[in-house]
Amino acid sequence: MSNIFKIRKGLDIKLLGEAEKTIKEIPTKVCAIKPPDFHGVFPKLLVQEGDEVKAGTPLFFNKYRDNIIFTSPVSGKVREIRRGAKRVVLEVSVEAAPEQEFVDFGIADPNSLDRAAVVEKMLKSGVWPILRQRPYSIIANPDDDPKAIMISAFDSAPLAPGFAFIAKEEEKALQAGIDALKKLTSGKVHMNISEKQSTSVFSKVTGVELNTFSGPHPAGNVSTQINRISPLNKGETVWYLRPQDVLSIGRLFLGGKLDPSRIIALTGSEVGKPQYYKTVLGAAIDEMINGNIKDGKNRYISGNVLTGTKIEKTGFVGFYDSQVSVIPEGDHYEFLGWGMPGLKKFSFYYTFFSWMTPRKKYRLDTNYNGGERAFILTGKFEQVFPLDIYPMQLVKSIMIEDIDAMENLGIYEVDEEDFALCEFISTSKINLQKTVRDGIDLMIKEMN
Amino acid sequence: MKALRNFIDKIKPQFEKGGKFAKLQSTFEAFETFLYVPNRVTSLGSHIRDANDTKRTMIIVVLAMVPAMLFGMWNIGYQNNLSIGIADINLWPNFWDGFLVLFPLIVVAYVAGLGTEFVFAQIRGHEVAEGFLVSGILIPLIMPPDVPLWMVAVSTIFAVIFGKEVFGGTGMNILNPALTARAFLFFAYPKHMSGDKVWIAEQGDAVSGATPLGDALSSTTIPGSSLTLPDTMDMFYGFMPGSIGETSTLAILIGALVLIGSGMASWRIMLSVFAGGLAMGYIFNLAGNTAYMQISPWDHMVMGGFAFGAVFMATDPVTASQTMKGKYIYGFLIGFFAIMVRVFNPAYPEGMMLAILLMNVFAPLIDHYVIQANVKRRKKRWAVVESAA
Repeated sequence: MSNIFKIRKGLDIKLLGEAEKTIKEIPTKVCAIKPPDFHGVFPKLLVQEGDEVKAGTPLFFNKYRDNIIFTSPVSGKVREIRRGAKRVVLEVSVEAAPEQEFVDFGIADPNSLDRAAVVEKMLKSGVWPILRQRPYSIIANPDDDPKAIMISAFDSAPLAPGFAFIAKEEEKALQAGIDALKKLTSGKVHMNISEKQSTSVFSKVTGVELNTFSGPHPAGNVSTQINRISPLNKGETVWYLRPQDVLSIGRLFLGGKLDPSRIIALTGSEVGKPQYYKTVLGAAIDEMINGNIKDGKNRYISGNVLTGTKIEKTGFVGFYDSQVSVIPEGDHYEFLGWGMPGLKKFSFYYTFFSWMTPRKKYRLDTNYNGGERAFILTGKFEQVFPLDIYPMQLVKSIMIEDIDAMENLGIYEVDEEDFALCEFISTSKINLQKTVRDGIDLMIKEMN
Repeated sequence: MKALRNFIDKIKPQFEKGGKFAKLQSTFEAFETFLYVPNRVTSLGSHIRDANDTKRTMIIVVLAMVPAMLFGMWNIGYQNNLSIGIADINLWPNFWDGFLVLFPLIVVAYVAGLGTEFVFAQIRGHEVAEGFLVSGILIPLIMPPDVPLWMVAVSTIFAVIFGKEVFGGTGMNILNPALTARAFLFFAYPKHMSGDKVWIAEQGDAVSGATPLGDALSSTTIPGSSLTLPDTMDMFYGFMPGSIGETSTLAILIGALVLIGSGMASWRIMLSVFAGGLAMGYIFNLAGNTAYMQISPWDHMVMGGFAFGAVFMATDPVTASQTMKGKYIYGFLIGFFAIMVRVFNPAYPEGMMLAILLMNVFAPLIDHYVIQANVKRRKKRWAVVESAA
């Protein structure tokens, strides 16, 4: 039996360019692991440019927690170590060899292993970093015993990939992954599905607590799900991951090697034929976008349009992302734009006449659509923020760096992605996700 | 349009840092962003943003006030004629009379207010905020038709500086700027703001120009006088003297529909203001010592500035309560106190202004307690976990 949760607050932004349900396999030439994808990780490199690596060879580790290592998804040669300001490592890219070699981590049945053995296998193979924790949304600490592990099996963000489609023939790997996860917590492993997935592969696995969610975005955000299932308290941790990550864990135990394969959805209004691509973790996007992008100045985003990271045409898919979005840049002026009827403008508010066409799908660009102002409207963020938290008050407490207030108002329960919709609808055009991330980083510093 | 854009791009560098007119940057920016939505693109956080911005928000609120404004214009002319004994309901002549009264008021309010805003934006080096677009039309609408232009100018400048800019500008103010202007005039020049001479622009001597509120109040203060109110429906449509925009409850309700439909103002506040007013009205009915206390609570809703205040003033998001529950409490108390002041205090025929200003001050306190309830709930959860561990 499954628990049913109804999310009422939120907003579905309807965009053009949803991925067609076909998978195209593309060869991998280059892929990269990007340290900035991991909050709170200070990378210590273990390889140099030109080194030969196998799939599963460590590339770098976290200086502050040295058992967390990051391994190469493919075998080949380290192509480039790209650095930014103050020599911060931005990207370690590996050029794939035609013949793939794998580091052998040994086949094992997770059910017959103890917790320490499961943890060690995951750490060594570099699979571990896919496990993240609330609070702080950082990589999970293997020494913790989380209160629960959440698998958010659906993504409700704009144009998000369908995980049930991606994992439809992977029942075995999924079950093996869940068996391994069960060893990691004394609590439950939760499988959170949307009501549309009630007959999918996710509802057939055993050993999990099945929770069904319905309602608009952010129903698929893990914070929303934790808040409904069992709110996070001070001192507790919850670990979370996405279905493709569970498959990775499962394949590690079933095959004894790091299987980096990932299915990525290429979406957005500027994609000629939006569809799914079978490639590897951290793949370069150029193979996908080649000849498949409309003319004009475009923005490439690893992830969805609300929370994703801006990348270059020559960039790589992020470690935690299963989606690449391409939308037009909005660096144009609009004459008297604030006074137009706005049939082509999407708004949460009913101030443009586009409210008369609720089913229309939009081609939205990256323009701010206005200047930055102080907070003016109130009570609006709450309409797209389903947690039992006052979003504006929490953001204000972060702005004045009041640690006590931040704690009391619920900073442990949130991640920056939870504020993406608030940021989208803000008429004052204030960058909330950055503010919240700064607040979380401040809490990490204060707590350690 | 291309030529205009090219011209702006050509002169823009002169207003930027190091340019000839760098001191006028905020002013230039205000005009540029008025003409064109800027080309700034997202770099942090969400890559797409809602089409609605502060300009659009304010324009919608101004649009919502248009019905009240148009009726106010007509009513000025109608009341002028009535005062010399002619009941002329012709549309255009009355409207034209009113236009000649109201238009200068609006121009003066905008020039004085925006001028002050531009100066402050320039000194502080930030963009000109759009908040005054709304205040600039609100201020004339809550003035008596007879108000001298210089008073509007002085009170507007006072309100923008002391009601808003000293707190940090739009979004930071504690008191509603338009009501601050009204209150300033009320206490500085009481003779021009109340009594029975100011409600009609060019008064003849055929009838008294007292508002229903003035009449009602004199019935309680002058021994032996009786209370006769105009017909409730007449007051609902707005055929009575009063501040320019406040008389027609019907026109105000049309504005309320626009505000609620577009999501630009809180229906919770509007609803609870009316609920609070009705509650106080019924309580007075029950007590019933004077004729004024015995009038129908519904008459209170259509008299004076009650409806106008509930729809356009109490809902100002910056000065109202910010939490959902807080909005109900805040609104209810406004309605409650407005009727109480009206009936009890002989010095103030209208209680709406004072009630809203009072609750503006208390709104942060209400929010504090609402938020503390949330904090307490969270801490209780933590305590349960800790005691189990």
